[in-house]
Amino acid sequence: MAGPAQVRVQQAAFDLGAESVAFAAAAPGAGAVVTFTGIVRDGGGTLSVMEIEHYPGMTESAIAGIVAEARARWSLLGALVIHRHGRLGPGEMIMMVATAAPHRADAFAAAEFLMDYLKSRAPFWKKEIGVDGAEWVAARDEDEAALRRW
Amino acid sequence: MIDVIYFAWVRERIGLPRERLETEAATVADLVAELSAREERYQRAFSDCAALRVALDQKLADFDASLAGVREVAFFPPMTGG
Repeated sequence: MAGPAQVRVQQAAFDLGAESVAFAAAAPGAGAVVTFTGIVRDGGGTLSVMEIEHYPGMTESAIAGIVAEARARWSLLGALVIHRHGRLGPGEMIMMVATAAPHRADAFAAAEFLMDYLKSRAPFWKKEIGVDGAEWVAARDEDEAALRRW
Repeated sequence: MIDVIYFAWVRERIGLPRERLETEAATVADLVAELSAREERYQRAFSDCAALRVALDQKLADFDASLAGVREVAFFPPMTGG
């Protein structure tokens, strides 16, 4: 399959604009680029810090597997996943997904597929640390159910 | 010898991120039973295996999977990425 596939698991912040522009530039021939960005919610003012733990090694291989599956299903010219770990504050960007395809339907579908699988099949765990204490974020049944549509 | 790694609240309940074990357990379920019998903190972490996931050599697996040839076992709650 043509075009770059990139997976980055990092603590550092990323520049959404620069990443999006560079990604689009690296997918010549694309008629559509879709990007999704996940942001730490502030929990109505109760969240101080979101702590994201991951499984180094498995995280990268699990995401690479999900990206490979997306590329097998849709006609993609490129795919990018950046996912952060460590301590993030409200409003910070946690992750981004970008897909490039000749037409938008494939780019949208692949981006949604990547998001659904990253939620439930990439080894990250979120802990919300707030004014009332700390709590691990529980997996939601809807997120698991979302996988069944693919 | 097998490396056993714990994440998120499993790590917190057991009180350590990883350990190296000598075990005769044939399957993941056998290993869980062996660990649970060791100390109460393990029993607390493994009290509801339906709430847990397991990976063998960094690939998701089932609790009835064999440990033959496996070097690394990881226990963790359902993942919450994205």
